[in-house]
Amino acid sequence: MINLRRSTTVLAGLVVIPALLGPVPAMADEPEPAEPPRVELVLDVSGSMGARDIEGRSRISVAQQAFNEVVDALPETTQLGIRVLGATYKGENKKVGCQDTQQIVPVGPVDRTQAKDAVAGLKPTGFTPVGLALREAAKDLGSGATTRRIVLITDGEDTCAPPDPCDVARELAAQGTRLVVDTLGLAPDEKVRRQLLCIAAATGGTYTAAQSTDQLTNRIKQLVDRAQETYTRTPTVVGGSSVCEGAPLLAPGVYTDREKFSEHRWYRVPVRPGQELRASVSVALDRPVNPDYGVLLRAVATDGRELVRGVDAGSGRADVVSAGLRWSDDHEDDQDDTDERDDADGSVTTAATDPEIVPPTMVCLVVSNSFAPRDGTEASPGMPVELTVDVVAASPTPKGPDLGRGWVLLALLTVAGLVTGLLTGLLTRWWVATWREK
Amino acid sequence: MSVRTTLTRSLAALVAAAGPVALPATALAAPSDGPTPSPGAATVTRAGTSFLTATTIAAGQPVQVDASTGDYLYWSFTADAGQVHDISATVSFPGARSGASTWTVEVFDGLRRRQACTAGAQTPTVDKAASSVSLGCTLREVRPWAEPWSGDPLPGTYFVRLSVADVPEPDLGAPVEVELLVNADGEGAPADDGELAVPLVPNTRAGAVLTDEQATAPVEDADEESWLDDLLPALGSRWIWTSVGGVLAAVAGVVGFALTRRPRRV
Repeated sequence: MINLRRSTTVLAGLVVIPALLGPVPAMADEPEPAEPPRVELVLDVSGSMGARDIEGRSRISVAQQAFNEVVDALPETTQLGIRVLGATYKGENKKVGCQDTQQIVPVGPVDRTQAKDAVAGLKPTGFTPVGLALREAAKDLGSGATTRRIVLITDGEDTCAPPDPCDVARELAAQGTRLVVDTLGLAPDEKVRRQLLCIAAATGGTYTAAQSTDQLTNRIKQLVDRAQETYTRTPTVVGGSSVCEGAPLLAPGVYTDREKFSEHRWYRVPVRPGQELRASVSVALDRPVNPDYGVLLRAVATDGRELVRGVDAGSGRADVVSAGLRWSDDHEDDQDDTDERDDADGSVTTAATDPEIVPPTMVCLVVSNSFAPRDGTEASPGMPVELTVDVVAASPTPKGPDLGRGWVLLALLTVAGLVTGLLTGLLTRWWVATWREK
Repeated sequence: MSVRTTLTRSLAALVAAAGPVALPATALAAPSDGPTPSPGAATVTRAGTSFLTATTIAAGQPVQVDASTGDYLYWSFTADAGQVHDISATVSFPGARSGASTWTVEVFDGLRRRQACTAGAQTPTVDKAASSVSLGCTLREVRPWAEPWSGDPLPGTYFVRLSVADVPEPDLGAPVEVELLVNADGEGAPADDGELAVPLVPNTRAGAVLTDEQATAPVEDADEESWLDDLLPALGSRWIWTSVGGVLAAVAGVVGFALTRRPRRV
């Protein structure tokens, strides 16, 4: 296609060098969002929120002020809900106290006055059932194709485990709907920090230790804005199989899957002659693993031959480890007639009878990881895998240049011209001389 | 360096076809010491948190983001063949910290393949007293074409990830201020031959699982290449060099021919 453009501009190009490629978009076009972004703020109103240790104010008043400012600055399209935990039960019965979570503002278009009133009336009261609140918040947000975001604001560790909130977060993240939990710790101690870090890591969210009202407000605003901007980029859930045969056939796009330790996940992509396969994979470290790890993405022919591999390894903190690969059937470029290709490349279909019909080559993609669990690390559900597949026009190997470049070339041509001129001149002179003699 | 030198020279050849003068090519070839934002570029105050949600920035556009220690911040920018990108970042710590930390800026191409830095402090470690840390990464020159099996930098999207690689756990979640700037050097035509048919721009649409019938459904081979394309080499500086060479050869030929004439009678 570019060649076509090329040939038409070749003559003009002798005078100017036009830029062959204009600026390309950094991301492919996005489809229209089907639903508005949905966020739920989950606020801890347990007894400890009464402590006055943030700029001399109580934690709950800091949170209330931050909420008010966030509600004021809320983008029109964002649907916001507010859920509280530990807000009503004043007693000592743990069983009852650990069921204490209510949605005070339902997820939907926000009535600012109503939301502010609901938050203003909160008084630090009861227990901290974080796990239950997360589970309920996920229900409030409902299921759908786009990303849901929970912003969890708490000051204390879950006093109601089990269920451990981190396990709950991991379980929620593994259920079809994409859910991200961002956590904010108010004056957190070590246990709270660990717990919130664990929840954030399990869902691909973030953790912030809020130390001032401004910081808390800005952070919540940032998280709500982030939900607005990025919620539509949600991959399709796919389940890779353990062998290539019968593995899911993937069209270009983004997919998500789960992979356990030492597991292999296979997928298939149809690639036609003249096309290039591009694939990349990211495996998320959503749980504690040993410090050294790696991820391997291989493209394999249906007969088991490896075509190409992408690999990356790391050590230490990381959110994801990624690898990518490109592959195209290069033999095709050498042959003018694509239908004469020998079929040893693993094409599923034999040579087509119709000269215009081209059968695809099935390429198997296999994702494997070399993560090692720490003691006590849960193996199930598997770690989140994000797989991007694209099939585009192949880029043929450039031919040897027909034209030259460089000072040596200019010098050579000049010398050659000079020598030719001299020789021609001498020959002409000799020829004229002999002609005159005659 | 030699590739870039040739590039500069080929541009010079346009100007200096008659009397070639060697330009100080090395002055242009070396990336500048400190990247500066483009005048008038709007500051970006956002960062993504994953490859899919990376915030798109342009070269020369400054980034200023409030973040938390431990966040993984993603940005993406577009690179064209022949460019060399220089990423510089500064992380400032407004509060006290409990120990030394190691910060890292990593760059990935559109296929999420890790890109090497040829220069710059990619993973600096700072002690607890420092108030900020500077990070840098100069990438390799983006090539117009590379074999599918190679890991060479190609035109398309590039991802920058800034994170803390090693930090005492109590410091996680503490506020930091991040400044980042991506600079591009070497605009213009690449020195190498070849062309990537489609730049390495990730497909961010949600995928679709195909059935066997859909996957093997026949499609017509859309091969639109004409014989003319095969015949004519790609447009580029080689056309200019060769044409200028031809002109020089012709002039030299005439000069050579004239030299063999008898001396003019005065």
